[in-house]
Amino acid sequence: MSALPIEFPAVETTDVKLNINDRWYQLTLQPRTHLADALRDHCGLTATHVGCEQGVCGACTVEVDGAPQRSCLQSAKRFEGRQIRTLEAYDHDPLMAQLRAAFSTEHALQCGYCTPGMLMTARDIVQRLPQADEARVCEELAGNLCRCTGYVGIVRAILRVLRERAGSVSTLGETHAP
Amino acid sequence: MKPNAYSLVRTDDLEQASALLAEGGWGSKPVAGCQSLGAMLNLRLVQPDTLLDLDAFASLRATTDTGSAIRFGAMTTHAAIEDKRVPDPSQGLMPFVARGIAYRAVRNRGTLGGSLCHADPTADWVSTMPLLGATLHVVGPAGLRDIAARDFMTSAYETQLVDGEILIAISVPKYESGMQWSYRKLCRKTGELAHAMACGLRDVHDGTERVVMGALNGAPHIIERQGLMTELLQPAAREKIVLQAAPDLEYDRRQPLIEMLRLVALDMEKTR
Repeated sequence: MSALPIEFPAVETTDVKLNINDRWYQLTLQPRTHLADALRDHCGLTATHVGCEQGVCGACTVEVDGAPQRSCLQSAKRFEGRQIRTLEAYDHDPLMAQLRAAFSTEHALQCGYCTPGMLMTARDIVQRLPQADEARVCEELAGNLCRCTGYVGIVRAILRVLRERAGSVSTLGETHAP
Repeated sequence: MKPNAYSLVRTDDLEQASALLAEGGWGSKPVAGCQSLGAMLNLRLVQPDTLLDLDAFASLRATTDTGSAIRFGAMTTHAAIEDKRVPDPSQGLMPFVARGIAYRAVRNRGTLGGSLCHADPTADWVSTMPLLGATLHVVGPAGLRDIAARDFMTSAYETQLVDGEILIAISVPKYESGMQWSYRKLCRKTGELAHAMACGLRDVHDGTERVVMGALNGAPHIIERQGLMTELLQPAAREKIVLQAAPDLEYDRRQPLIEMLRLVALDMEKTR
């Protein structure tokens, strides 16, 4: 039997200039290379994980212009001119440090594969929804899959940080009260 | 799990973009938020030669108030609607629907117009826009034209758009406080595409009563007549409506849809 008559299109490359974690990266990529692969294979930024590549699991979540986005769903070229932040950028971020401590305390990770995406989403929840209750945290976490923990520890960790921050905010309020 | 090779084309001129798409024909597609297309590219369910990047057009992100309607740029993101960063003409329906679309990280990039053109029967805007009586504004080789949202989607993943046409904006008429809505969908997991969907609208100002059934095998089914909500309170009427709307729907998808219609009718009773 002869080979199937499949013709693959020619593969071209293009120059891509990305701003990642406040550094400029000049890359030569195929247009089809998505941002997660560009980060991992071409920039050496391996905190961003690649899971399902269908936008469901959330392991590849990064921050683009201040809001979380999937990095597996489109060409890295389409992120030119945007501010990309990966988990590597949050070493000295006080909120991320608080989340890391809470994740550790509440056993919010086991194998750690989903954790980078979980932390990106958790940070967004805490910043955007400071009043979130358990039901809302669960709803917001639907876009990140974890196959180890059963989510209970993750939800507790986020609720802990929300509580801690609510406490510190009200203390500040009292201090400045007339 | 990687896309077939394609070219990514950018131009900052809409007419030129339209010409490029018309010339490219079947293998050339415009790309907006890329949140549905991206997954299908990765799975190689779609293998276009050329993608036209719509990010270049700032005009596709502009939202304006035209007096009787809000005109949303086609690239308005779900998150902008959810957060009410754009005006809401729909008495809360659009922000409610937006919050239920996929996940926040997807909503930050996915767009209203992209979702309509992708025309997945189980998606939210393809049912919501006909419910609200929206109008779609399209530019193409033959110039501008308007399409009523109820006529736009022709079947699963098929719309009225011809080669070279680009959806640029969606006008949603402004509703006042006498409008009631209900939006029901069945998802086994938060954020997944719906297994059954029904939504309804009743406007006391002009007596409009409209129901849209979504997540069918093809385009959503729209029913509009006086007394519809009262009719839907009757089990026999609900079953008849669903059998007429979607005769080929298998039993375990038909039953949830009948239940959705009951809930829509009850929602209207509650808020009356």
